[in-house]
Amino acid sequence: MRNESRWPRRVVLGVALLLAVVLLLLPLVTVFAEALRRGLAPALEAIAEPDTQAAIRLTLLVAALSVPVNTLGGLAAAWCIAKFTFPGRGLLLALIELPFSVSPVISGLVWVLLFGAQGWFGPWLQAHDLQIIFALPGLVLATIFVTFPFVARTLVPLMQEQGRTAEEAAATLGATGFQTFFRVTLPEIRWALLSGVLLCNARAMGEFGAVSVVSGHIRGETNTMPLQVEILYNEYQFVAAFAVAALLTLLALVTLGAKALLERHGATRAHPA
Amino acid sequence: MSVSVQGLCRRFGNAAALRDIDLEVRSGEFVALLGPSGSGKTTLLRILAGLEAADAGRVLIEGQDMADVPVRSRRIGFVFQHYALFRHMSVFENIAFGLRIRPRATRPPRAEIARRVTALLERVQIPELAARRPDQISGGQRQRAALARALAIEPRLLLLDEPFGALDAEVRKGLRRWLRDLHRDMGLTSIFVTHDQDEAMELADRVAVMRGGAIVQYDTPEELVEHPADAFVAGFLGEAVRLEAQWDGTALRFDPLPLAPLPASALRQAPRAPGPALAFIRPRDWQVLPVAEAGNATLRARRPTGHGVRLELELGPLIVEAELPGSPLRPGDACLLRPGAARAFATG
Repeated sequence: MRNESRWPRRVVLGVALLLAVVLLLLPLVTVFAEALRRGLAPALEAIAEPDTQAAIRLTLLVAALSVPVNTLGGLAAAWCIAKFTFPGRGLLLALIELPFSVSPVISGLVWVLLFGAQGWFGPWLQAHDLQIIFALPGLVLATIFVTFPFVARTLVPLMQEQGRTAEEAAATLGATGFQTFFRVTLPEIRWALLSGVLLCNARAMGEFGAVSVVSGHIRGETNTMPLQVEILYNEYQFVAAFAVAALLTLLALVTLGAKALLERHGATRAHPA
Repeated sequence: MSVSVQGLCRRFGNAAALRDIDLEVRSGEFVALLGPSGSGKTTLLRILAGLEAADAGRVLIEGQDMADVPVRSRRIGFVFQHYALFRHMSVFENIAFGLRIRPRATRPPRAEIARRVTALLERVQIPELAARRPDQISGGQRQRAALARALAIEPRLLLLDEPFGALDAEVRKGLRRWLRDLHRDMGLTSIFVTHDQDEAMELADRVAVMRGGAIVQYDTPEELVEHPADAFVAGFLGEAVRLEAQWDGTALRFDPLPLAPLPASALRQAPRAPGPALAFIRPRDWQVLPVAEAGNATLRARRPTGHGVRLELELGPLIVEAELPGSPLRPGDACLLRPGAARAFATG
């Protein structure tokens, strides 16, 4: 019996490992291998190039602006959905998932249709000398839209599972709404919140589609790192393209590592030996 | 602190959770809200705490109308069914919470808070668990921690929602006695919700039996057992078999069951009017006589109890349990089963 049941398990495990290596690990290795094909110096030189430097700065700036907005927005949405019942709750839950299901190209296009030169608010914006599309505000808006679900989706199941009794207990003990939020609600979800923020950040730095539509690809000005990778690649500057790609990958790996560490920390805090 | 509930109503959608509830609790009393699930007992408790709003009616605590007093200002200790301890805090911090969040003007100094929490930990007999987190302690210990947390704010009223519901029988028994002593020693006024009649009878000075959002009877445990107000209370309290019967003003008949009629003199409680009735007969009220020929019942099983023997008998389509000081009957034997006493309520 034991030997019989062991074989299928081994086969499935083998297939899963093979797929993971071929589909996940191999591309990762390729990125770094291609970047370092001619050694470290050319790769570093490519990264030091002014347009690339501008792209790195822009990527960090966009993430720094959109992640806090989504953290607060996601937290508020998750709180409403998990702790209260109100008309339109189901609609809000569905809206949160919208950016996941809509193609990123459309996520970018809606902003162009709203704020572009021919868009609904285009003439008004031009009259007041405000530029959203092909500028930083457009990049931030597109990124916020695409990455909105991450924080809310991480928090909703946890907050629903925890229910409202801890908050009610705090109220019977004399806590104000403010005290309850900062001393009870927030600490009980802190690990999940941080993990959601990190995921959101990883996606904000890596977003290509929506950002590509609103960026306008102005070198040194509106190109983020993923856009810069594409441009360099299309210009046959493979080492430079892969060097930037490797840096972007590195940022993602650091984020994932931090998330794993947090989850382990959170897990040991939640279920100590 | 005295509590007075007057004409309280609450609806959830179309269903009435509470209908016209009146309840008086004297200062220092220990009151149980007893009823099956869905009877509205937890809703009533939550309205007292301010966690839920009433649609109509008033709640007075020590004569003060609570309508405009928010939960946090009521100073009512609430122990939740699953304790609702703060997961991210130690037991010590949980208990200190109610003191730490007070506005600066009324907040005790740090050392005073520590002193009070330590005293409470000793009061609930878990001083060694101060540094543990809620998920590192047992159910019974969590119960004590939750109680200490509620007591830390020096509540004028203590409310407990199914305080022993999540504990196993052994722990439950010990905690019950302990809670009753604590209530008395601290001079608390307490109201607790339970679906367990033994728990209500053992702990409470008075028990409010609830059904379908209304209080059916509110009395001392003795009165409830001796003078149940209706068939529901009689059926809910104490172990009794329930038989359909007919009452003609002089005797209770059990047709079509093969049982002898019971004269009025043998009834602890007679129906108000002639007609169909429900009779409740307790295990000790049965007489079981051995017979040579065919009786009306057959013994299925027997087991010893503390002071006699308990018989499981087959009476027509029914299984009846009888408790006797002793019996020579063996399983499979036929016997004559006769009610010696009963309580009956008119159902017409």
